[in-house]
Amino acid sequence: MIHATAAEMAKALAAKEISSVDLTKAHLDRIAEVDSQVKAFLHVDADGALAQAQAVDEKIASGQTLSPLAGVPLALKDVLTQQGVPTTAGSKILQGWRPPYDSTVVAKLKAAGVVIVGKTNMDEFAMGSSTENSGYGPTFNPWDLSRTPGGSSGGSAAAVSAYEAPIAIGSDTGGSIRQPAALTGIVGVRPTYGAVSRFGLIAYSSSLDQAGPFGRTVLDTALLHEIISGHDPKDATSISAPVPAVVHAARNGDVKGVKIGVIKQLQGEGYQKGVQARFDESLQTLASLGAEIVEVDCPSFEYALAAYYLIAPSECSSNLARFDAMRYGLRTGDGQGASAESVMSKTRDAGFGREVKRRIILGTYALSSGYYDAYYGSAQKIRTLIIQDYAKAFTQADVLVSPTAPTTAYKIGEKVDDPMAMYLGDVATIPVNLAGICGMSLPAGLADEDNLPVGFQIMAPAMQDQRLYQVGAALEAALNSKWGGPLLAKAPALGGVK
Amino acid sequence: MALSYDDVVAKYEPVLGLEVHVELNTKSKMFCSCATEFGAAPNTQTCPVCLALPGALPVVNEKAIESTILIGLALNCKIAPYSRFARKNYFYPDMPKNFQISQYDEPICFDGYVDVEIETEDGPKQFRIEIERVHMEEDTGKSLHVGGATGRIHGADYSLLDYNRAGIPLVEIVTKIVPGTGKYAPEVAKAYVAELRDILRGLKVSDVKMEQGSLRCDANVSLKPIGSDVLGTRSETKNVNSLRSVERAIRGEMIRHAELLNAGQKVKQETRHFQEDTGLTRSGRSKEQAEDYRYFPDPDLVPVTPDAAWIEQLRAGLPERPSVRRKRLQQEWNVPDKEMAAMINADVLDIVEETVSLGADPTKARSWWLGEISRIANEKDLPVAELSIKPVDVAELVSLVSKGELTDKLARQVVEGVIAGEGTPAEVVAQRGIKVVNDDGALMAAIEKVCAEQAETAEKVRGGHLPAAGALIGAVMKETKGQADAARVRELLLKHLGQG
Ligand SMILES: [Zn+2]
Repeated sequence: MIHATAAEMAKALAAKEISSVDLTKAHLDRIAEVDSQVKAFLHVDADGALAQAQAVDEKIASGQTLSPLAGVPLALKDVLTQQGVPTTAGSKILQGWRPPYDSTVVAKLKAAGVVIVGKTNMDEFAMGSSTENSGYGPTFNPWDLSRTPGGSSGGSAAAVSAYEAPIAIGSDTGGSIRQPAALTGIVGVRPTYGAVSRFGLIAYSSSLDQAGPFGRTVLDTALLHEIISGHDPKDATSISAPVPAVVHAARNGDVKGVKIGVIKQLQGEGYQKGVQARFDESLQTLASLGAEIVEVDCPSFEYALAAYYLIAPSECSSNLARFDAMRYGLRTGDGQGASAESVMSKTRDAGFGREVKRRIILGTYALSSGYYDAYYGSAQKIRTLIIQDYAKAFTQADVLVSPTAPTTAYKIGEKVDDPMAMYLGDVATIPVNLAGICGMSLPAGLADEDNLPVGFQIMAPAMQDQRLYQVGAALEAALNSKWGGPLLAKAPALGGVK
Repeated sequence: MALSYDDVVAKYEPVLGLEVHVELNTKSKMFCSCATEFGAAPNTQTCPVCLALPGALPVVNEKAIESTILIGLALNCKIAPYSRFARKNYFYPDMPKNFQISQYDEPICFDGYVDVEIETEDGPKQFRIEIERVHMEEDTGKSLHVGGATGRIHGADYSLLDYNRAGIPLVEIVTKIVPGTGKYAPEVAKAYVAELRDILRGLKVSDVKMEQGSLRCDANVSLKPIGSDVLGTRSETKNVNSLRSVERAIRGEMIRHAELLNAGQKVKQETRHFQEDTGLTRSGRSKEQAEDYRYFPDPDLVPVTPDAAWIEQLRAGLPERPSVRRKRLQQEWNVPDKEMAAMINADVLDIVEETVSLGADPTKARSWWLGEISRIANEKDLPVAELSIKPVDVAELVSLVSKGELTDKLARQVVEGVIAGEGTPAEVVAQRGIKVVNDDGALMAAIEKVCAEQAETAEKVRGGHLPAAGALIGAVMKETKGQADAARVRELLLKHLGQG
């Protein structure tokens, strides 16, 4: 039952062939079985999930028409608030905090009858690309437990890849959905900035953050994408335009006559051989399906990483100021005679991890008077140039493509002490965030040298998310038929059980 | 040793700068839907947004933007077609996000002016106060420091935080430097704040209650030797919570600066706190090391881009300017200049207008509010508006007097009763048993008694010396405990003495 797609599960539920309670129990069993190895979850809400499942079953029994994913279990990145359920953003500073309110994404999931089984591990406050920066220990890649699943939404990606949930929610500030999707052999989409409400998404970098869906298929991902999207009056940056027809596009994959632009700057040197090989093959597959392949030039992308590592830390230095021990979360150093200032300082020292502190310090510096123009100001200018590069490229192509990440999954611990090496892993995903457009990663096969999954990235203009699904569905179908089934079927069994 | 104010202004020229914070009276806060009522139980008007819970986001209150644009228009400002909110970053426990959402280099309104008029030795004189900017921001919460000697955070045993005020919309109105006011600087500043208050009240965008903090003034003062072009070092005085304090604080700071300068010392650039009891300021935070607030545009909010047509619509709907209104009322009510100034000074214009609108004669309404009622307010050290007597009561009182049901003297007793909380004038009359003696028989008895007691005076009147009647009437009024109608007494008395 757990190996089916979310769409198949939903169909079986609507046809009353299975119950949501049984489906949820099956996934809870799977979590109990494998999560001691994968460590995808920070909190499993078995009681809450079963209660939600029960409610959906009752509605189905009473003949109500429900959403296309009603009764299907989902794993939720711990960056989104869920009323009454522990929410930490992967940080010790929020240990034990139970939000008094639902994020808009969670409210939409609940309204759609999606069953939230638990909160998944992540790099602390979404700062990282390997889940190793979690305050609660790393998550392990189901393809090879000695490797990272990527990050920061590594817990969500690993949960889907390990069949602990068919779908999951992540968040993507610089590639945090697409990169772990690539490293774990699943599909992940970062929607257009403003398409999914950020209300209740614990902020890392407000102008870059965006929640989005994970699935094992393009269609599952689209079904979830549609449910969580839409205008939200509680988020001033939320877009009021209608949600693009992503599900329709996912059901009608087609690239005939579609112009696909290969970004010159995002391939070749610095990309692992096996990654480049699978990417090139995917391009050939698309061409054989009738797509027109063109090369596009995005010269400003060279500076994207630098701009990102000024803008994101700057915003985070301000966003994370609220964690001050005064109203919620960790409180250290309190006692007779302790000043508020010293309690704040001690709490933040004890509660934040190294990477978070590194970025707060970076950002505080970049925003300082006298440095603002040189750092934050210049980064914003680069951002404008990147937007212009994309605008030009999208006059030459309907979608743009690149490998999602330069390498396959690396070993746990391999890059923790070398932040620059870690940051370079985001080189292909970051431009999408800086421009506020949308991007998808889907499996492109296994790299020859390590037999680990490679991700293929598709990018489309803002609010043209359906193009990702139209192209992604066509490529997925062609590759699956070539492989004789989904890539994930090639993943090794976990704990001897598959 | 202490310098006199005249010595100060003989030698130095004051330069002012005024920053006024106004709490808007919107129903909800600046960035969330929490209520804004004053005086609610601590932390009952809060939500995830204004408590800065993880994940919560601000959304701008459109009404606050409208109010701010109205203020800008009323202050003759330009309205920016595009402006942004910025984050002002600093840690303080009463600020939940540890940054304040404000506007930095892109205020919504800029380049305006207000004209104020003050009385001088040479008659009324007008001053133009130029407005640098009007911008929006959010208020902070309130800290209550418990224990310790000073009530300040240092030395306190613990502190309590109330976030009800956190996120209340604030508008900051900043003047350009105001030179050229000379010895009138304190009066000009007071008149400016009063004018602002009247403008804001007319716009109905704020309660403008200085004593509740919905209008707060920070006064920047510096001195330069007369004739010099070089600005002196300024101090910024906070906590100036009444119009009178604006005047006192500036006068006090001018003297303090002059004493320092005369002694060859430097004025420190610092924040000072006004002490209501002494009229002096005490040193606060030193500003010599400028704080770095790391301002940057708030990425959670979108730019404010008011539609030009909407701005014109708001401009067309602006109420009458207070100065214009004052001129109109003075004409309508036929008030001499001096009386008008007295009314403005006593801050009873609105109240008198309301009383007149309820049917009272303007002269009578004015004399009640400016006379007896103001006297009692002074005694109680309360603003007239805080007394429990309202325009509707005064209108009723005036009507009772004109109908002859009360004498002026009795009416004063009724005013006392209303202020003491005994009810409406009619209720006070009934409860206290106050009534004019209308019974001619009783009056005649008193008249006969008085004429017998003061036979000599009565004879004078009988002989045609009418001014002598006053003393007799007074005695009759006394005899009837003031409950008689003096006019009727006069009539009956003169008739009795053969002069009717
Ligand atoms: Zn609130």
